[in-house]
Amino acid sequence: MMEIEYIALLARLRLTEEEKELFSRQLGSIIDYINKLNRLDTSDVEPTSHVLPIKNVFREDRQGVSSERDEILRNAPSKKGGFYKVPKIIE
Amino acid sequence: MQYEAVIGLEIHAQLLTESKMFCGCPTKFGAEPNTQTCPVCVGLPGVLPVINKRAIEYVVKTGLALNCEITQYSRFARKNYFYPDLPKGYQISQYELPLCRGGYLEIALNGRRKKIRLTRIHLEEDAGKNIHEGGDYSLVDLNRAGVPLMEIVTEPDIRSAQEAAEFMRRLRMILRYLGVCDGNMEQGSLRCDANVSVRPAGQEGFGVKTEIKNMNSFKFIEKALEYEINRQIRLLSKGEKIVQETRLWDAKRGITESMRSKEEAHDYRYFPEPDLMPVEIDEGWLNEIRAQIVELPDARMERFIKEYNLPEDDARLLTEERAMADWFEEAVRLGGHPKTVANWMMGELLRLLNKDGIQIEDSKVKPAQLVGLLSLIDRDVISGKIAKTVFEEMYQTGREAEVIVKEKGLLQITDTEEIERIVEDILNNNPKEVERFRAGEQKLLGFFVGQVMKATKGKANPRIVNELLRKKLSA
Repeated sequence: MMEIEYIALLARLRLTEEEKELFSRQLGSIIDYINKLNRLDTSDVEPTSHVLPIKNVFREDRQGVSSERDEILRNAPSKKGGFYKVPKIIE
Repeated sequence: MQYEAVIGLEIHAQLLTESKMFCGCPTKFGAEPNTQTCPVCVGLPGVLPVINKRAIEYVVKTGLALNCEITQYSRFARKNYFYPDLPKGYQISQYELPLCRGGYLEIALNGRRKKIRLTRIHLEEDAGKNIHEGGDYSLVDLNRAGVPLMEIVTEPDIRSAQEAAEFMRRLRMILRYLGVCDGNMEQGSLRCDANVSVRPAGQEGFGVKTEIKNMNSFKFIEKALEYEINRQIRLLSKGEKIVQETRLWDAKRGITESMRSKEEAHDYRYFPEPDLMPVEIDEGWLNEIRAQIVELPDARMERFIKEYNLPEDDARLLTEERAMADWFEEAVRLGGHPKTVANWMMGELLRLLNKDGIQIEDSKVKPAQLVGLLSLIDRDVISGKIAKTVFEEMYQTGREAEVIVKEKGLLQITDTEEIERIVEDILNNNPKEVERFRAGEQKLLGFFVGQVMKATKGKANPRIVNELLRKKLSA
């Protein structure tokens, strides 16, 4: 239960008591399932950082075209004078 | 009790690439808000980042210059946290396989040399900028989001605020020499955070540390750390405890202050970035990058001392900036006498440039023109004194010394007969002074020289004036 509250906090999710109960149980069974992997002996297996055997995918350092500001700001729930407007950040 | 400070730095340097880390948006500072963004850097769903090759090369270049071990097989990781300036909800960074590990930078303070070890250098993307203009909201500009950012982390080897500032000065110099970062601390393209703790001198373990942020100049680094070290010593001396926290330097009040943010769990849940392929740097590529590294300030300073016979102070000043050292060497290559060129640069040129806040690369006077001026002095065409006036004019207009001298009639009078006439006039008009001089008041020579110079508007060759005056006065 503590764990589900912590994960919800990190993900900025507000959960009801019922949801906490439900997700706790579901997450627990997912973790149990994944934990089956721990039974495998992987001491001889190289760690995989990516499933595809590809490396060094680069682009040259050249300027492309940015989006029109009005266009990209259409995705913003709230805006002001060319900025995204967000709830006050207190530091 | 004697306390000792223990400081480690975490430096963020924006790389001087044309485009962002994972997309083609420009990186120019000061553009209108949100005009340099695209679906990749604002983190819209379904986009894919692609690594800017030059950014990798710049970090490797820096690593080589700072004696690091370059990781042959490196990769990116996601650092997960929520903040309004981080549109994706995670920052693409590096974790267990940074591009560079180890290394060191040598600093010199009060004649003592000291190596500051580095922990690592990694590559990540910068976040956007939050603006607070009052009211119950904040504004976000994402132009900076996705700009390549190099993070350099030092070991806790620094023992004073002065050492920390000196480390930053040296580091900035090297980054600018390498051309990987412009080093502008005020605009934030070079930023520095510090972990500070104090401990009784001689103790092995570390004390509780605080993290100091918002120090955007060398002066502030020194002041902020000095303040923080003294604050911690004061608390410990009173038997109080240090709270581990982040503190902001307040330049106006000259203090560090607790950020008092709700101490939320910092749990970044790093994992390998699935959208990016690993980076492998083989010997061939490494050698290519190594070949691009220019001679660095220390080496260049040593060479200036040996090759041009310059005093150490001159050599150090002239090699602080690559453009300045290049300017000097160009002037010498064109035939300028090294020490004379150095004197003119450190005297007149830097004085004028500093006054106007102009960088040497934007100077209207070029090395060839200074050499032209020096040759006029060497050939006795103008006097050293007039030369300063001519130089000012060259500095303002970028015109050739010779043209200015001709146009303004500043040619030095080297015609002995003409000077002799003037000297005689002066002596005839000042009989009392002549008598006093002959009676032993030798310092009046200066008065006569001054009179001649006044009569010739400073154009008389001083050597000839002196010779003639001595001859006539002793006659």
